[in-house]
Amino acid sequence: MHSIRRHLVWLVVAVIGAFALGTVALARGEAISALWVVVAALCTYLIAYRYYSLFIADRVLGLDGNRKTPAHRHNDGLDYVPTDKNVLFGHHFAAIAGAGPLVGPVLAAQMGYLPGLLWILAGVVFAGAVQDFIILFISTRRDGRSLGDLVKQEMGIVPGMIALFGTFMIMIIILAVLALIVVKALAESPWGTFTVAATIPVAVFMGVYLRYIRPGRIGEISVIGFVLLMLAIFGGQAVSQSATWAPLFTFDGKALTWMLIGYGFIAASLPVWLLLAPRDYLSTFLKIGTIIALAIGIVFVAPTLQMPAVTQFAQGNGPVWSGSLFPFLFITIACGAVSGFHALISSGTTPKMLDNERHARFIGYGGMLAESFVAVMALVAASCIEPGVYFAMNSPAALVGTTPAAVAQTISSWGFVVTPEMLLQTAKDVGESTILGRAGGAPTLAVGMAHILHQAIGGPAMMAFWYHFAILFEALFILTAVDAGTRAGRFMLQDLLGSFVPALKRTDSMVANLIATFLCVAAWGYFLYQGVVDPLGGINTLWPLFGISNQMLAAVALMLGTVVLFRMKRERYAWVAVLPAVWLLACTLTAGWQKIFSPDPKVGFLSHAAKYADGLAQGVLIAPAKTPEAMSRIVFNDRLDAALCALFIFVVLSVLVYSVRACLAARAARKPTARETPFEPLAPAAAS
Amino acid sequence: MRTAGATLPEAGRYLARSLGATLRLMVGLPDYDTYLSHMERTHPEQAPMSYEAFFRERQQARYGGGKGRCC
Repeated sequence: MHSIRRHLVWLVVAVIGAFALGTVALARGEAISALWVVVAALCTYLIAYRYYSLFIADRVLGLDGNRKTPAHRHNDGLDYVPTDKNVLFGHHFAAIAGAGPLVGPVLAAQMGYLPGLLWILAGVVFAGAVQDFIILFISTRRDGRSLGDLVKQEMGIVPGMIALFGTFMIMIIILAVLALIVVKALAESPWGTFTVAATIPVAVFMGVYLRYIRPGRIGEISVIGFVLLMLAIFGGQAVSQSATWAPLFTFDGKALTWMLIGYGFIAASLPVWLLLAPRDYLSTFLKIGTIIALAIGIVFVAPTLQMPAVTQFAQGNGPVWSGSLFPFLFITIACGAVSGFHALISSGTTPKMLDNERHARFIGYGGMLAESFVAVMALVAASCIEPGVYFAMNSPAALVGTTPAAVAQTISSWGFVVTPEMLLQTAKDVGESTILGRAGGAPTLAVGMAHILHQAIGGPAMMAFWYHFAILFEALFILTAVDAGTRAGRFMLQDLLGSFVPALKRTDSMVANLIATFLCVAAWGYFLYQGVVDPLGGINTLWPLFGISNQMLAAVALMLGTVVLFRMKRERYAWVAVLPAVWLLACTLTAGWQKIFSPDPKVGFLSHAAKYADGLAQGVLIAPAKTPEAMSRIVFNDRLDAALCALFIFVVLSVLVYSVRACLAARAARKPTARETPFEPLAPAAAS
Repeated sequence: MRTAGATLPEAGRYLARSLGATLRLMVGLPDYDTYLSHMERTHPEQAPMSYEAFFRERQQARYGGGKGRCC
């Protein structure tokens, strides 16, 4: 009787969640409140956490509260510190939450909010949170080693090297796509450009203050920095309204691209305390604050979802990105449902600070649920703006035209009624000259956030402020990611190239560092430039590449989890990792195959290349290319992207082969073969 | 919960301290007091780093090593 009563409250949660989800799913033709989405998501998370994560903790992994964690074994007060689990949760969440969960759901909203919502919820419960949890567990049992080391240790050197190389390529694509989002948001926007540019001197001032004036006083300088940022937003408004200043901060995409490339090279070469660290303080606090503000805003304002539950683009061939629901929805929303990049964080600093092994459930599984909620909020923000405005912002000019009249006519013909006046008014409301052709997620999310937050604070007069606040908040942590990612890429490159040219490996050599940084910036800069000049908007090409590579990394992490479960002789529970791994392999391999070989030139790189190559051979110009040179560049880039896709497929398939071999070997062995750090009991004195 | 049974001001102090520690750890700065007590307990013969040195050491460790961050 007692045990039934214990589950009763959870039954209530489950019933409420099912009712909310039913309301969301079955609403046809009538607009519903976003609160239903929030309630459905929260109930799903609670049930999944209470039951599924407990099952994984107790039965599948067998977390042992008496086992010494690396934090106790190697306690040095610096890297290895036993940390309160709530404090560590904050650290872990701040490390995994980035631009990804904000952008993917916004792009996925073209199919309506329902497909995206269902994938976010199912994906996080059965794949994303499981991956983060298992990798955190595996790394904790192995002294906090990194993903690359873990693959090497449990599968072999070759798959380890392959995984490392794959990670480097993923990093390049991520940097290019993140930088592209910034370019799309700042092009022709003097307000945004001034505000984002102002973050550089603000950060440098903070860096100097922290280094020389009041060393280490993060709190006070972050408050000062925040105030300066808010002033920069108002400064941007003044700049955008000034006839003298506005032209100085108005740039097209190409100019911004070159500035970003130059910025990336310089920022990654400066000492970390000057620019990277202080800006990271600002962006981290702003990110957490904005996420909390958005959550409160959604609950307080309870906006109505304007986007239909399912649009006609769920059949495929939507304007924002091409391809059918399977597999492309599942790679478009990566972070928020499942993100391979988290495997790098879960095997980074977090396992070195775990006070008790049993906390891995709350931090690994729970942390990912929190990130998933960020994705749900982004989906809500994108779905509560007028669908016609959404499509006007996200459709490429080659498809819908460049003037408000043309765009409004095309989009209205799709069934999303919008007038040129509405488009102009929205642009005016947010203080921009145009909102057309701003694919990439950030501006759409910013309009959605402004739509929600101005109803809570400030009224219509504050809408432009909230819009630029949202742009600033995204650009700030994207720039931090570009800077930190270029450094990380540089180290990986030096590691990889060092095997062939030992001189390059020396990280103390200025020349070696500059060469590696240059190569790294050139690599992501190339893809960025390609995306910016792409008449179909760039996001069309780069976001699927990013999604495929990120989900493949998740598949690699889950395959590692499978191998470890087999080697622990717990293969009867291996389905927990096998099922999501198989699903991700199915999605990414299908998507990769279609991106290369699909006969539809909107989807397949090779057929798109062939179309332009044929045009070249016959001496015909194919729009939107204006010169034969532009056409041959399109052909070359298409083939390059196809080759990159093929490379990702090769990486994931070879890891699959090695995983199957490792599992078979583990099955044949009589005893567990997992290479864990030997068990040591957690001494009561050490548990302080 | 460590706050169970504690008086309200104590609970408030604990919460404020945890919040501060969380915010600092989010940007890679572990607790300085914990470091001091660790040094005192295990290496009493060594002089611990000053807060400023500790801050610089942690900043370089977090950002200088080329660790990536998430999308």
